[in-house]
Amino acid sequence: MAGITGKDAVLSEYARKLETLDAPKGRSLTQDAIRRLARNKAAVLSIFVVGFIILFAFVGPYFLPWTYDKIDWSGIRKPPNFEAGHFAGTDQNGRDMLARIMQGTQMSLIVAGVATLVSVFIGVCYGAIAGYFGGKVDAVMMRFVDIMYALPYILFVIILVVIFGRNPVLLFVGIGCLEWLTMARIVRGQTMSIKEREFVEAAKAGGAKPWTIIFRHIVPNLTGPVVIYATLTVPEIILTESFLSYLGLGVQEPQTSLGTLISFGAPVAETLPWMLIGPAVVLVSLLLCLTYIGDGLRDALDPKDR
Amino acid sequence: MDQTPINLLEIKDLKKTFSISGGLFSRRLTLTALENINFTIRQGETLGIVGESGCGKSTLGRCILQLLAPDEGQVLWLGQDLTRLPAEEMRQRRADLQIIFQDPLASLNPRMTVGEIIADPLRTLRPELNKDERRARVLKTMEAVGLLPEMINRYPHEFSGGQAQRIGIARALITEPKLIVCDEPVSALDVSIQAQILNLLAELKDEFGLTLIFISHNLSVVRHVSDRILVLYLGRIVELATGDEIYEDPKHPYTRALLTAVPIPDPRLARQRNIDALKGEIPSPINPPSGCTFRTRCRFAKPFCAETRPPLERIEDGRLVACHRWREIEVPVEAVLGV
Amino acid sequence: MKQVLKVEDMSVTFELHQSEVHAVRDMSFSLSEGETLAVVGESGSGKSQAFLAIMGLLAKNGRAGGRAMMGDINLIGMAPSQLDTHRGKDIAMIFQDPMTSLNPTLKVKTQLSEVLVKHRGFDQQKAVMTSIEMLERVGIPEPVKRANAYPHELSGGMRQRVMIAMALLCQPKILIADEPTTALDVTVQAQMLDLFKTLTQDFGTSLVLITHDLGVVAGVADRMMVMYGGRAVEKGSVDDLFYDPRHPYTLGLLHSTPHIAKRAERLDPIQGLPPSLEHLPKGCSFNPRCAFAFDRCLVERPPLADTGNGREKACHYEGPMAYGKVA
Repeated sequence: MAGITGKDAVLSEYARKLETLDAPKGRSLTQDAIRRLARNKAAVLSIFVVGFIILFAFVGPYFLPWTYDKIDWSGIRKPPNFEAGHFAGTDQNGRDMLARIMQGTQMSLIVAGVATLVSVFIGVCYGAIAGYFGGKVDAVMMRFVDIMYALPYILFVIILVVIFGRNPVLLFVGIGCLEWLTMARIVRGQTMSIKEREFVEAAKAGGAKPWTIIFRHIVPNLTGPVVIYATLTVPEIILTESFLSYLGLGVQEPQTSLGTLISFGAPVAETLPWMLIGPAVVLVSLLLCLTYIGDGLRDALDPKDR
Repeated sequence: MDQTPINLLEIKDLKKTFSISGGLFSRRLTLTALENINFTIRQGETLGIVGESGCGKSTLGRCILQLLAPDEGQVLWLGQDLTRLPAEEMRQRRADLQIIFQDPLASLNPRMTVGEIIADPLRTLRPELNKDERRARVLKTMEAVGLLPEMINRYPHEFSGGQAQRIGIARALITEPKLIVCDEPVSALDVSIQAQILNLLAELKDEFGLTLIFISHNLSVVRHVSDRILVLYLGRIVELATGDEIYEDPKHPYTRALLTAVPIPDPRLARQRNIDALKGEIPSPINPPSGCTFRTRCRFAKPFCAETRPPLERIEDGRLVACHRWREIEVPVEAVLGV
Repeated sequence: MKQVLKVEDMSVTFELHQSEVHAVRDMSFSLSEGETLAVVGESGSGKSQAFLAIMGLLAKNGRAGGRAMMGDINLIGMAPSQLDTHRGKDIAMIFQDPMTSLNPTLKVKTQLSEVLVKHRGFDQQKAVMTSIEMLERVGIPEPVKRANAYPHELSGGMRQRVMIAMALLCQPKILIADEPTTALDVTVQAQMLDLFKTLTQDFGTSLVLITHDLGVVAGVADRMMVMYGGRAVEKGSVDDLFYDPRHPYTLGLLHSTPHIAKRAERLDPIQGLPPSLEHLPKGCSFNPRCAFAFDRCLVERPPLADTGNGREKACHYEGPMAYGKVA
């Protein structure tokens, strides 16, 4: 019988077989995880709520009579008034609160998304490279991370504000560039344990180059910890943004963000409660839901830990 | 075999050490995993490597494949020293030398389908193949190892240990290698599956003209598959001989001890056996005994065994043994097996 | 001989998300004083779960039924607090990986003496002395030094000895050993098996040896029980089952085990894979892998029936089983 060395005859024979072959699809680990996630009621509900908030923030403004920066001179500091189209009242400058909440949520989501993506990208690449090569490369790369950790965060933010000025998205690309440190450490640790697994050795024996091993064999197996940590980074960045806006370093007027809205609403909570309640409800539900999703993902991706 | 077999692989004076950091303020320790390893592998044979855990048998397999870089010595593949080969050339050479692992599930990337796993070596080693050609080869190899074609899109966790090991074997076979290092390929499997995999390896060996290095702690299994057997103790060769010689006339006291410890699936024999179990356990390779490393557990040890290390002597027909007293300690085989 | 354990119609079921899995069904056997019973089977045969159930150590979603009588107490379904008075004292269990059963943060002597203080009411000093004596009896050199060590400072064989010493401290009537030598080197395994033989002789302990390795069984056990797909398929003395197996699965296992003294060109393994407990075949669970299966095997499950001479088997086939026919 021809071995796998009898190439051509074999190939044509199998080419025929291939056309009729109907190999069932297997269940990948990701599909398994999604199935487990779908059984977690809190997580599913949270996903719907977050989805609704995203729709609310990005589509909502098109259905409103007012835009977030338009001033209604006839209605300043007014409680909700359905006739005038101010469903959530107006602020001290007569701008429609609902429009501002939508715009603020939009801004918060964008900066959180951008900063998280940047931090995941840098953190995964950096951590995987440091963890895989180990030794001196690892020592140098991780000492750099330690130094970055030691430097005061706020100093960097001020430098970034000077550089990027009024562009909040660029500012948060910058913040993402600072947020990756923890991600890099997590990924490095995971990489070091994955690279000892036999399938990595098998890949080496199959002639794979280091970059192939990192990006084809190691990184896909980091999905669990990375996704979990990323879902926890999103609320963290929303809070960071709120904090920076509170300090006046974040989003600039007339644009706004959830943090800015709350910082304006908090001092006047007794006289103009609608200025605080709206943005606070959105922020709290967003953070709660993201935490539930993170928990659900952790359970779904690491069934052993339950 | 009709012609004199050629030496496929020659190992010369191989040495491998690992350094262990002893914490912040203590000295770094050196663990000698392998030392003074010299042997050849002939084309078409199966060489068994046996020894207790920590004897360096897996390290030896990985040094041969250059998955670990040896500190000293040469690994000559058809006369060419693999340890000095530039990385790119070594990568190409890997098509000839493959490995099968102990833990079949751990050796398969859980995020890839069976087809992707088996095809993986082809992506680097045979980049000229297109997707369909790769797939055709994968299917052909799957058939050779007894996997059904419809399993190609499944994921490793959907398989049992025995099937997963078949996937691992298929991955090793797809590059059409000449030599496969089998590192404890059956010790994680159920008994009935073990026998299937052992038979499969024997069939594949005949079909594709493979040379096998079979690493195992199970002497019965090694005896079953191997033409020659290499016995390692604390990183050194203590004996190398054919399977029959090792079994019928072991020269080294350690080989004898291993043989008497092998459980025999035969109650009457087992009851009659006078097991003279080896005392104690393998010493730490960080601080091995002086002279002959086996002397601390050896029944026949004399004071001079502690002074000099016994050289690896070539006795009759290419047999090797490293013992000061092998001539004096003739013991009939009945006493060895206790049968 | 006095019976120390009598198990009748025991079953173990696990509740999964949508389904129920029967890990053990209709298991009955008895264990006499000083006897060694080997329980042989492949992974998923239910051999470990059966004894975890007797020890009351099943996972949360597991449920045991039937009776396991130790004297006139039924161990199955006993309240945990009541079970604690017997567990360790009358019946003890050791596992394949001793590290999982030893607390890594406590010294060996602390863990051993704790058992004595709790079960036998020894004072601390006497408990430590007895522990050290026991370490010596299970063949640990320099027992005082080892007693002061932490588990991770000991080798695998040494840890397994510590586990055995711990199990024997209260002189249990029954010791259940679940794959006790699988993780050990062959030389250490020989030492352990030797120790087991001494134990049953000197202490009169009854030993249940759960294993997949027929080599281990041959050297140590008196009787054996072969399990497949959650059920016992053949029972009898070790000699009977090794030299005259009546169940095709037992025969297949014997032919799958390489024998160092008999080198065969090819082994004669059982074809196919062990069944998943969730999808057992209809009729006899072994029928898809059996070389002797006929139409009756596909529809009717053979009961475990007495075949005389203290032997039992669960198989419809009565004809001769020639070597080489298994494949």
